[in-house]
This record gives sequence, structure tokens and C-alpha cells, in this order.
Amino acid sequence: MADLTQASARELARLIATGEVSAVEVTQAHLDRISAVDAKVHAFLHVDADGALGAARAVDEKRSRGADLGPLAGVPLALKDVLTQKDVPTTCGSRILEGWRPPYDSTVVRKLREADVVILGKTNMDEFAMGSSTENSAFGVTRNPWDLERIPGGSSGGSSAAVSSFQAPLAIGTDTGGSIRQPAAVTGIVGVKPTYGGVSRYGLVAFSSSLDQAGPFARNILDAALLHATIAGHDPLDSTSIDAPVPDVVTAARAGDVTGVRVGVVRELNGEGYDAGVRQRFSEAVALLTSLGAEVGEVSCPHFDYAMPAYYLIAPSEASSNLARFDAMRYGLRVGDDGTRSAEEVMAMTRAAGFGPEVKRRIMIGTYALSSGYYDAYYGSAQKVRTLISQDFAAAFEKFDVLVSPSTPTTAFRIGERTDDPLKMYLADLDTIPSNLAGNASMSLPVGLSPDDGLPVGLQIMAPALADDRLYRVAAVLEAALALQWGHALIEEAPAL
Amino acid sequence: MPSITRAEAAHLARLSRLALTDDELDQLAGQLDVIINAVARVSEVADADVPPTSHSVPLTNVFRPDEVRPCLTPDEALAGAPAAEEQRFRVPRILDEE
Repeated sequence: MADLTQASARELARLIATGEVSAVEVTQAHLDRISAVDAKVHAFLHVDADGALGAARAVDEKRSRGADLGPLAGVPLALKDVLTQKDVPTTCGSRILEGWRPPYDSTVVRKLREADVVILGKTNMDEFAMGSSTENSAFGVTRNPWDLERIPGGSSGGSSAAVSSFQAPLAIGTDTGGSIRQPAAVTGIVGVKPTYGGVSRYGLVAFSSSLDQAGPFARNILDAALLHATIAGHDPLDSTSIDAPVPDVVTAARAGDVTGVRVGVVRELNGEGYDAGVRQRFSEAVALLTSLGAEVGEVSCPHFDYAMPAYYLIAPSEASSNLARFDAMRYGLRVGDDGTRSAEEVMAMTRAAGFGPEVKRRIMIGTYALSSGYYDAYYGSAQKVRTLISQDFAAAFEKFDVLVSPSTPTTAFRIGERTDDPLKMYLADLDTIPSNLAGNASMSLPVGLSPDDGLPVGLQIMAPALADDRLYRVAAVLEAALALQWGHALIEEAPAL
Repeated sequence: MPSITRAEAAHLARLSRLALTDDELDQLAGQLDVIINAVARVSEVADADVPPTSHSVPLTNVFRPDEVRPCLTPDEALAGAPAAEEQRFRVPRILDEE
């Protein structure tokens, strides 16, 4: 095998299972790739070379004993730094957690370990997952491998950059308002937000608990499905985890078919404010779905126009409460404890020193929206909009099996372009937010490069809650048809680093 | 008249336990005002007869058996503490000095 970092997760697992290469060789190849390119990309905040090689050795020993290996055994993965991994630094991109080593594994990490997936390290992110560009990390920006002057999306920008720059075939991200799908779209890879409650949030540092959901990044649909199946499932440690069978996403990814599938194009998620190149590639992909046998129609979801304002009340409200736990008392940073100051003063000084500007903004918006006298007008109204958006989805899913839209209105913007204008930054999540508010399953997959700037364009597929398999069934067909058109996978066009 | 004045921003910072500088408050007051005005339009469609949704999964209480299970040792629980003493978190004073 010429270059193990170019291979898919499924292929790597096969090579390891048959003994053609060892898991240690696969891990070492990716660690070497990280050494070679991550100074330019800065996808990782922490590389756990010893831990990764140890896990890889364990896989090789297991194989030599003749034990059964799972479908992703020995495959390397990059983990967003918002999920706890025992004894490995977990910062959430924030100074307030710098140096903290969690004493326990998140359920996602436990499941990855049980599946013998090799965790390479922790990836950069917008602080506490608040952002769409990874520029809000306290530890520096991550760069888009397609153009190093551009953002890799956010908040899971380290994970999207790691996979798109071949530093890992798989990554875990989290998606509260689009933080998996938007980074996947702008880096030309696949990203999935499973149904809310499909993947346990135990050990996922909470930003907005009613919206947060972990999910997979991969360079192809089947790899994403294999990772999805590995991390999903009911968990008694997360009381919002759904106690239902995991949709069979792997079978769906293997048996893609859109014959007779009713695909609804959401009218409100297109038009003004969208790049011409994004609209063009989206229209072509929709036409391709039609030619492949899908029944495509247009659908209106009138309240989606209110999704962004509702999100920027609900998420900050929940964040202002969730982030109260960073109080300088039990773990993390403590500033100003000189023996004369009260706990409350130390708390306020620590939080002012430890949180970055976007986190402070959102805590204060949330505090405002939850204040007595404003609660009904802001948080209360936003919760009603949430109902209206769920009703729009329910009505649309009566007529259509899946809905589609561009994943994000523009391709990757330039680093620094939107940092002074929070509202403009928030527009990056325009298309992705409705699925978080309603809790349904949603995916972004690459559908070409924009003719405007040569950067990747993503198509979003939305399915009802617990119908995650539909995403994969439709995406697998589209992926195959596009690869046939191009003669290769889109990611192969990414520039060498 | 902005929705969020500088004085109000200072009050929110106190409620949020954020000891912000004057410069931060100046900048944040303006930004919060812009953001709040932009998101206020949720009230346009939030009629009285629309029920609120706090959560997309319709769950009420989730119970589990009350069983003794393994948990962190005191050393593990205190490993990340800024200060610890006698197997406890050591914190700054929480009451006014008399």
C-alpha cells in the first residue's frame, strides 16, 4: 500500500484484519502525516502518539491471538476536544480548561475504545463550540486544507481539517447549530448530525444541551456510516438518549437507492444571500437525483426564516446556564485567589480571564433572554418558534422522504473576514439550524467545487428523527453518481500541502 | 434608545459572574444591542396559541434503579482542583468577614 493516509477507513480496517499491514503501521503513517502537515493546518490541539500507538499495538495483539476484529478496528480517528478522554487534556478550545485532564471517558470514547478505534488526538474548535470558523479557539486558528487563508468551518473545524488533509480518515465532531455539517461542507467531506438523542452526550461538555449532538466526519459515505453505527445507541448515563434501535445506517450506505424516493427542495433555504456557485452546484446535484430516479419537488417551510433568531436565543440561554459550572472551584483555571477575595470575586475574575469574547457575548445574551421581564418576549417566543419549525418539518415529511438544501450559503470565507461582525458569522449556520431545533437527522456531503472560487460545496440532506438511514441511502447514490462523473472522489482534488 | 444600555450590560456582566473591563463593556453593550434587536423578531410569529418546545424528544422523567455503582475515588475527583485540602475542594471565603 503506497500511502496509508490516502486509504478509506473501511480499506484500512480490511488491510489490518487480513494482516497486510499492522495497526501500528497505519497509526504511525498518520502520526507522520500529522508531523508533516499540521504545522500548516493546525487541526490538532493535542496529539497522543503514545496512547495511539499503544491502542494500535493492542489491536495487532488481538489479531495475532485470532480474536474477532470489529469493522473499524485499528483505524485512526481525530476527536473533537469537547469530548472527555480519560487522562488526555480536554480544553474545549478554552483557557478556562487549559491543562485539565478529565478523570473519565465520555460514552463516545468508551464506544470507540470498545470498537478498537485508535484515537490520535484532540482537535481544535471554537471555544465551547461557539462559532462557525474555529477562529474563536483560544489556541489559534485552524486552516482550510483547500486554501490555507480560509476557515475550515466551525465549530468542529479541527476535525474537518484533519480528515480533509488526510491526517485522519475519521473524526468526531459535535453539532449544535451546524458545527459538523458546515465544516464538512467547506472542506469537501461528509459530516453527519445524527438524530438528537441518537448518540450519548455523556462526557460531551455541554454548550446547549437540548441541541448538542456528536456525529461522524469521513471522506466517504460508507466510512461515515461505519463510524455512526459505532458511536450510536442508548446510554443510561444520558437521560436524553433515545431508547430505540439504531437505524441501520451501514446497510443503507451499502445499498444506496433513490428510485421513487421523494426529495423535497426547501424553498426558504436558497436564494438571496447564497453564492451563485453554491446554487449552481446544488441545482446540478438535485437534477442528478432526478435523473437517478428520485421524485423531486419543492416544499415551503415558512418558519425556517425564524430559525436563526430562535437559535441565537435558545442556545445562548442554555449556554449561560451550562457554563455556570466553570466557577474556578472544582477544576480548571482559578484567578485572583490571594486570600483576600471572596469566592464570587474569584469566580468573576476567573471567568473574565478564562473565557474569550464570543463565549462572554453568548453568556450575556442568554442571561438577558432569561431575565424576568424579558423571558416571555425572548426565550419564550424562541421556544414557540421551535414548535413551528418542528411542525414545518412534520408537514414536509408527510409529502417527502427527505429534504435537501445547500449545507451553507457560501463556500469557505477568508480568515478574519467575519470576526468583527457576529451577525454575519451567524449566517453560516442558516441552513443547518432548523434540524437542530427539531432534533431530526441531517448530513452534508460534497457535490462539487464552486465555479466562482474552486472551493467545495456541500449538499444537506435532512430526514425525520430516527430515520438516519435515509440520509445514507440517498447520499450513497449521489456520491457514486458524482464520482462516476468526475472520474474520482472530490477530495482527491484537494491541493497537496 | 438601545435595548441594552451600557449600564444594563454592566448589570448582565454581574449576573453572569464576568468581571469585565470598561473597554469590554463598551464593546459588548453595542454588540448585544445589535444581536438582541436582530433576534427579537421571533415574537412576530410567537402567537399565544403556539405551545413552547423546550426539547425535541418528548421525555418527562427518566428513572434508573438506585444501585451502588463504581465512582471516582477522592483523589481522582480532586485531581483537577485548583486547590484541595483534606480530601476536599479548597475554595475562597464564601461569607463576608465579620
